[in-house]
Amino acid sequence: MSGLGVWNYLIIIFLMMTGFYMVISSSNLIKKLIGLNVFQTSVFFLYISFGYIEGSAGPVYVEGVDLYSNPLTHVLILTAIVVGVATISVGLALIIRIKESFGTIEEDDLHKMDSSL
Amino acid sequence: MNNHMILRVVGKFLIPYIMLFGLYVQFHGDFGPGGGFQAGVIFASAFVIHTLLFGVRETQKIAPEWILKAVSSAGVLLYAGVGVASLFLGANYLDYDVLGAYPVAGQHLGIILVEFGVGLTVASVIMLIFFTFAARGEVDGDVS
Amino acid sequence: MILEQLIDIFLLAFLAIISIAIVRIRDVFSAVMLFGIYSLVSASLFLMLAAADVAFTEAAVGAGISTILMLATLGLTGREKEKMLVKKKISLLPLVIVVVTGATLIYGIVDLPPFGGADNPAQVHVTPRYTQQSMSEIDVPNLVTAVLASYRGFDTLGEVVVIFTAGVGVLLLIGGRRRREEKHADE
Repeated sequence: MSGLGVWNYLIIIFLMMTGFYMVISSSNLIKKLIGLNVFQTSVFFLYISFGYIEGSAGPVYVEGVDLYSNPLTHVLILTAIVVGVATISVGLALIIRIKESFGTIEEDDLHKMDSSL
Repeated sequence: MNNHMILRVVGKFLIPYIMLFGLYVQFHGDFGPGGGFQAGVIFASAFVIHTLLFGVRETQKIAPEWILKAVSSAGVLLYAGVGVASLFLGANYLDYDVLGAYPVAGQHLGIILVEFGVGLTVASVIMLIFFTFAARGEVDGDVS
Repeated sequence: MILEQLIDIFLLAFLAIISIAIVRIRDVFSAVMLFGIYSLVSASLFLMLAAADVAFTEAAVGAGISTILMLATLGLTGREKEKMLVKKKISLLPLVIVVVTGATLIYGIVDLPPFGGADNPAQVHVTPRYTQQSMSEIDVPNLVTAVLASYRGFDTLGEVVVIFTAGVGVLLLIGGRRRREEKHADE
């Protein structure tokens, strides 16, 4: 595999793990959601990298071009991005409800308040 | 943001162009990058700017919640309805070939309708979500 | 060609640096703003990988709408600094988990097909039909739209329903009148 490919996949895994780290180690719920978003974006990169063909044009038909990057991965990721923001907003709404009910969005404080969590 | 004259004037000036760009992305999506998903988000962002400039109450007078709820359902129904129409015309669900006089015309019509449904739903749902968030903060003070 | 690769390399490095900054920064507001920058840089990278539609969506959605939704949430929950973790010894455990998982995934890189190869498994199954026959079957120049709305129309219908459901969920969670006055009366 070429150097660029290795670098590409290494960074993707690095981003994935940074997001994962934020989700499991951060105690602030909004930062947890940002971590989830970073993780999600790294998966998008992985898909788009699979669909990329070196020297290819973007998937818009032009007379005389016969090498296009893979439109299928683009479709999957395009819808995933919009669905991602919709689901993230549900998460943010839950955070607002937690703040209103408990007065905090720090996970540690929540654990102290409600031992059943 | 009531005291920022320049932001108000420039922001107000930008809103129609953002909407126009949203419509361009919606209907030019067959030929260049774009489509219902992007157009919906861009169209909604014009209303987001309006909310930031004038407050959510003013924006909700232009786009009341019941209209947004109706439009978001209408988008999904339009999409599903195109599928049902092709079903009644004797093809598979969401097979657009039978919608037009010849297959390619049917595909064109089907894609435009479907993308329009997507755009309606995405735009109204994003606006609905944003207004809900903003109106929640309005009681305590302005969210922007 | 070499310039494109250089831009790729630098954009990826930027992404890594921004993600480290998001992890390390304590102020949640700054983290949200950095996430907006992160989305914008990812949009540029998508463009470099010849995915114009995806870049478009990411720039509009990631850098625009999700940042502003997070800011609205911050406005509602108050701009608190994330508490310093007092229990330093426990924060080692997530690091170990992350490093082990990452090492496993890096081991998996070895078996991946070459980056950008024209005959990778992803390019040989259904994609040739999309890129070669869609002009005669659907006659829409933007292949992404053709696949999105026609070949995979059922899939997209599902996605639209998911978005609609998310809107309904947000309305159920925080829509309508809030009962803050009553809560204050109780206290």
